[in-house]
Amino acid sequence: MARNVTTAKRVGWSIAAWFVALLIFFPILWTVITSFKSEGAAIAFPPVFFDFDWTLSSYVEVQERSDYLLHVWNSAVISLGSTFIALLISIPAAWSMAFNPTKRTKDILMWMLSTKMLPAVAVLVPFYLAYKNLGLLDTKLGLIIILTMMNLPILIWMLFSYFKEIPGEILEACRMDGATLGQEIVYILTPMAVPGIASTLLLNIIMAWNEAFWTLNISASQAAPLSAFIASYSSPEGLFWAKLSAASTLAIAPILIMGWFSQKQLVRGLTFGAVK
Amino acid sequence: MATTQMRTTARLMLAPSVILLLIWMVVPLAATLYYSFQNYSLLNPITSFAGWGNYYYFLTDPAFSSAVVNTLLLVGGVLLISVVGGTFLALLIDQPIFGQGIVRILVISPFFVMPTVAALVWKNMMMNPIYGIFAWLLSLFGLPPIDFFAQIPLLSVTIIVAWQWLPFATLILLTALQSLDGEQIEAAEMDGAGAVSRFIYLVLPHLSRAITVVILIETIFLLSVFAEILVTTNGGPGTATTNLPFLVYTQALLSYDVGVASAGGVIAIIVANIVAFFLMRIVGKNLEA
Amino acid sequence: MKLRTILLSASSAVAMFGMAHAETITIATVNNGDMVRMQKLTDDFTKANPDIELNWVTLEENVLRQKVTTDIATKGGQYDVLTIGTYEVPIWAKNGWLLELNQVDDVDDLIPAIRDGLSVDGKLYASPFYGESSMVMYRTDLMEKAGLEMPQAPTWDFIKKAAEAMTDRENGVNGICLRGKAGWGENMAFLTAMSNSYGARWFDENWQPQFDTPEWKATLDSYLELMNNYGPEGASSNGFNENLALFQQGKCGMWIDATVAASFVTNSDESTVADKVGFALAPDNGLGKRANWLWAWSLAVPAGTQKADAAQKFVSWATSKHYTELVAEKEGWANVPPGTRKSLYMNDKYLEAAPFAKMTLASINEADPQHPTVKPVPYVGVQFVAIPEFQGMGTAVGQQFSAALAGQKSADEALAAAQQLTTREMTKAGYIK
Repeated sequence: MARNVTTAKRVGWSIAAWFVALLIFFPILWTVITSFKSEGAAIAFPPVFFDFDWTLSSYVEVQERSDYLLHVWNSAVISLGSTFIALLISIPAAWSMAFNPTKRTKDILMWMLSTKMLPAVAVLVPFYLAYKNLGLLDTKLGLIIILTMMNLPILIWMLFSYFKEIPGEILEACRMDGATLGQEIVYILTPMAVPGIASTLLLNIIMAWNEAFWTLNISASQAAPLSAFIASYSSPEGLFWAKLSAASTLAIAPILIMGWFSQKQLVRGLTFGAVK
Repeated sequence: MATTQMRTTARLMLAPSVILLLIWMVVPLAATLYYSFQNYSLLNPITSFAGWGNYYYFLTDPAFSSAVVNTLLLVGGVLLISVVGGTFLALLIDQPIFGQGIVRILVISPFFVMPTVAALVWKNMMMNPIYGIFAWLLSLFGLPPIDFFAQIPLLSVTIIVAWQWLPFATLILLTALQSLDGEQIEAAEMDGAGAVSRFIYLVLPHLSRAITVVILIETIFLLSVFAEILVTTNGGPGTATTNLPFLVYTQALLSYDVGVASAGGVIAIIVANIVAFFLMRIVGKNLEA
Repeated sequence: MKLRTILLSASSAVAMFGMAHAETITIATVNNGDMVRMQKLTDDFTKANPDIELNWVTLEENVLRQKVTTDIATKGGQYDVLTIGTYEVPIWAKNGWLLELNQVDDVDDLIPAIRDGLSVDGKLYASPFYGESSMVMYRTDLMEKAGLEMPQAPTWDFIKKAAEAMTDRENGVNGICLRGKAGWGENMAFLTAMSNSYGARWFDENWQPQFDTPEWKATLDSYLELMNNYGPEGASSNGFNENLALFQQGKCGMWIDATVAASFVTNSDESTVADKVGFALAPDNGLGKRANWLWAWSLAVPAGTQKADAAQKFVSWATSKHYTELVAEKEGWANVPPGTRKSLYMNDKYLEAAPFAKMTLASINEADPQHPTVKPVPYVGVQFVAIPEFQGMGTAVGQQFSAALAGQKSADEALAAAQQLTTREMTKAGYIK
């Protein structure tokens, strides 16, 4: 927004925004700080913020005990794989509903969302049995299938609502000019939709990365992603805050870094500023 | 107007999604319906036909009615916090501030944290009445600590879940906000419209679709929250934080009673659809835009 | 069908290929310190058995239980060695899910109470890795200040008196810390054990729930009295770890919980009160039963495994006397897994390194899973009832009692609700005709 603002106003807004942002971020910051504490210091009261003996011992312990890279690899394959497959299926569907809506479009959308309403805990046993018979237990493929299907409705929804903002008149105009459907998609729709697709993709990767019910219960050792990594550090007998904090920091780090680098796309991608 | 050919193509493009989702819905649903009429416990491998017994058992559970209420309160509470909070956050971040990129990443980062981790961190490091951060803050003012999970259990869980979903709402609303016509705002400013009336007459209508999307998508996820409850309160004290998914969980993964858990799953779908129906009535019209 | 055939033949090809070289067994275990140590020491096993490779799945207790139970009940076959407790073993063995163990090192050396808890019809179905009971841990300095002396075997009346004397809110000291978080393995483990010492029981001989009896009323009343007057803030969400943190920070005068906690609270790296801790048997009420439980994390082999021999070999290694010596040599005697073998408690080096060893053994010996209560009961298990329905029921009852602790319900209301919901569940499960 290119509005003229005074520096004083800008400073005021900045202070307010930074204050709120740090407040929201604080639990994560606290986790990261705690990961450098000893277990005893982690539960000290009053809490110490910086003035403690910084140690890497929790990270050393985590590194010794777990195959962190295997878990990261599994998480990456599962979240990227499911996101790409889901995108392949959802883009045409969202396009179709956004530009050729019928009387039933809204119903179809609602129905798609409603497929997510069956609580996962209720269907674990049937799924486990089916996966056992298909040989999909503890495989990345098995998890990719589940996450693809789980997030598909959300993807379609998000893409649909972005596509909806692309004015139909532009497309109408192309068609008048005799553009084929293929040309329409490649030259007109795609460039306009890329930012939206990119941010949908990013959001979906995050959701898949954080999924912790199926990824934990369908995997055993080979396909175990970061959710299982976390579960091996939470709540043992004895103090575990520093170790869990270290494991959490390691689990969050890749996705946070990805978010950091792509946050412009994540945000700008949803704007369609150029369209309006 | 679209041609017939266009219509056909459109249908073809929609088909894979619909077919896959249909399978995804029908197979588990059929299995769930089947098991919901069976006496089937994992730990007791003798099965028999149960009739409506499992449904009767789940519906007459003393915790059932409070579970429905808690489910709705949790969904409503988180929606309220994340939509209202998200709108203000989005407006705040949209201001010309120093380090906008960093502020943005700080605000959306709770979204990157796994639910179980978030719950563990909040329960033990933030809300613990003896060595948590809040207890420490209150003690600075000479106030007694709040015993979060005993005095305000459902609100505490709501806060934790809202913390995770606030970034999502902020993100969607922020992007919507950025597509707002700056000139229009400036014109209104020139005409002497105050910040509040600019917000009510210009910004809010512009955000209505985004808010609808946030509400719908979050509702779907919030109806099935249970990891946070499991970690913090185990559904207690009493049934103060037991929602429907948690009730199903106690049947499925504590009692390993597949029959009752399936009946609970079917009931949860019905409740979710009722919620969705009313939701569509209230906010659905925004979708036609 | 086709996919399945391909996958099956592929996996069997892999299996055959693997067989020629090394057999990989997958071990599912809990993330507690003793198991983590075992994972680090496995070189000793693989050196002796070069044809066996080990694959670890280490998870927190609740997640592990949920995954392992799902897998074994559906015959998923993901694991070759399971870590389970005294609650699961009798139930699973009766379902035919576990293999009888016949390679366990010196079976007669196992502590009888633990061995009984892991056997069905005289056959051993799991080998104990470490065992625990519960006992009173108290601050010797605060007791002294209060002018009291903790007897070896205190009564509940004494505990109440001591809690009152030690409570010092000004300095953040609570007289007593007890579990309050709802859960069958959380507050109900403690309360069920406590109720045994008050002469209460979950069910009578005809499986009728007994929460409407004066014994349960007395149990819950004393628990609430202790906690409301002398307990910490937030008690209704405290489990083992929360109380451990409180005790280590010097905020509890007494804590009645698992014997394994002793090694944590006396560890000066973590605990601010390491040299001021004393131990005593769990309290009683003069009725002949004490409020201590019995638990053993144990290794078992599922009936469906293709690698039974390798799995049994591993189980016998991990629970052998040789393993105890290995830990002692590498990490010191204080770190060996406690509570499974009589010989350990006759070892002077261990008794010297672990000041709490005698009290641990005495506590374990006090527990009798076959006869846990004053009045006769149709079930086994001290702090649990070894029937499949217990986990769900135990948690639901635990929620009622934690509501009573949080002040949202009266003791009478909580007991009435517990009685109603257990009756309902037992009727559905067919115990009550």
